[in-house]
Amino acid sequence: MKRKLWRACVYAAAFIFPVTPAALAHGFAGQRFFPATLLTDDPFVADEMSLPTIARNPTGADGAQEADLDFDLSKRITPDLGFTIGQGWHYLQPKGAGAAAGLSGLHTGLQYQLFVDPAHEAIGLANLGVSWAHTGRVQGLGAPDFTTLSPGFDFGKGFGDLPSSVSYLRPFAVTGNLSADFPTKTESAGNANPNNFNYGFAFEYSLPYLQCCVKDIGLRQPFNQLIPLVEVAFSTPLNRVSSQTVGTIQPGIIWSGQYMQIGAEAIIPANRQSGHGFGGILQFHFYLDDLFPNSFGKPIVEW
Amino acid sequence: MRRIVAALGLGATFVFAACPAWAHAFLDHASPAVGSSVPTAPAVVTLRFTQDLEPAFSGMSVTNPAGQRVDLGNAQVPQGQPAELQVGLRPLPPGIYMVSWHVVSVDTHPTEGTFTFQVGGE
Repeated sequence: MKRKLWRACVYAAAFIFPVTPAALAHGFAGQRFFPATLLTDDPFVADEMSLPTIARNPTGADGAQEADLDFDLSKRITPDLGFTIGQGWHYLQPKGAGAAAGLSGLHTGLQYQLFVDPAHEAIGLANLGVSWAHTGRVQGLGAPDFTTLSPGFDFGKGFGDLPSSVSYLRPFAVTGNLSADFPTKTESAGNANPNNFNYGFAFEYSLPYLQCCVKDIGLRQPFNQLIPLVEVAFSTPLNRVSSQTVGTIQPGIIWSGQYMQIGAEAIIPANRQSGHGFGGILQFHFYLDDLFPNSFGKPIVEW
Repeated sequence: MRRIVAALGLGATFVFAACPAWAHAFLDHASPAVGSSVPTAPAVVTLRFTQDLEPAFSGMSVTNPAGQRVDLGNAQVPQGQPAELQVGLRPLPPGIYMVSWHVVSVDTHPTEGTFTFQVGGE
């Protein structure tokens, strides 16, 4: 019965997606698994999909209320080259004005896996992000009427190579992003569009890593699949404006299963310019390489 | 066109909801347990994974603190236990031993890992 079910599934998958050879994805560096983080970019090419990401942002510095519903897809072209595409629905309630809702701008990315060092649980990725002009509801929501190019470097490092005297620190890992924004227009509707320097980090403590590689402390599902983390991200204008750095701090937790992960974080403004109050974000994230290992979950060149 | 979309939707639902396990194989638990201390030397190390394994591409070794292998070199997926990997051990004196494993799940995703256990002591 199980074999028949298996075969039926293979046929069903083959009908929906072309049958192809197998491959690997996911954020692995040796025995380190890096989950997909909610705020900062992931340092690996992957076949994964966030559907949806729901965010209720803190009240803006200008008193505006915002909420977002986003979709993101990461897809490998070759084992080391991938792209991302994402768009969302945005709700904006400016202080003292009527609410507006509609599509936010389309953003895409081209990524290349620079290195994966299994022994040191290190991973690095170069990317070029593009936020496209005129792809959102410009008038109502302030979606840009200019394209922004954002070259960047993403990295991850697990601490599994720490000495055994501090073995309980081995489950720690950090991922990070460094990027710069280059808008194609220096000014829009009388407002300057600055170049920005963006930097963000995710600090993770992996209970799966603790269980599998350091000490089995008896955790069972779902607790042995939890990854508590704190993410921070900041953006600093480099020119054209006198405004200050803005950013958020987001403590939260990720549950990572076999086929998907669920992440939830609080959103705390890092300073007064970033807003006030609290927000929250919830994300459902699917591992396409595990759901469709013989077809859509493989690099496109292997289809 | 609507029928095609409906058929694809049904097929996708079937694939998502009803298929047997396809995914990376993670270590679920081990005997001796990860990071544990056991009073007497075990005769075998058994690893239990979250997915079924490809026996031909899965292996395990156990080494002593000097880096010498102390397993019998007979790592195998036991018959009837497709998600397990087992290896026999030589008689182990007290000490700390490292288990290194690498497996490929039945959908060809590779994973790997290491952990230690202690014989005697504590």
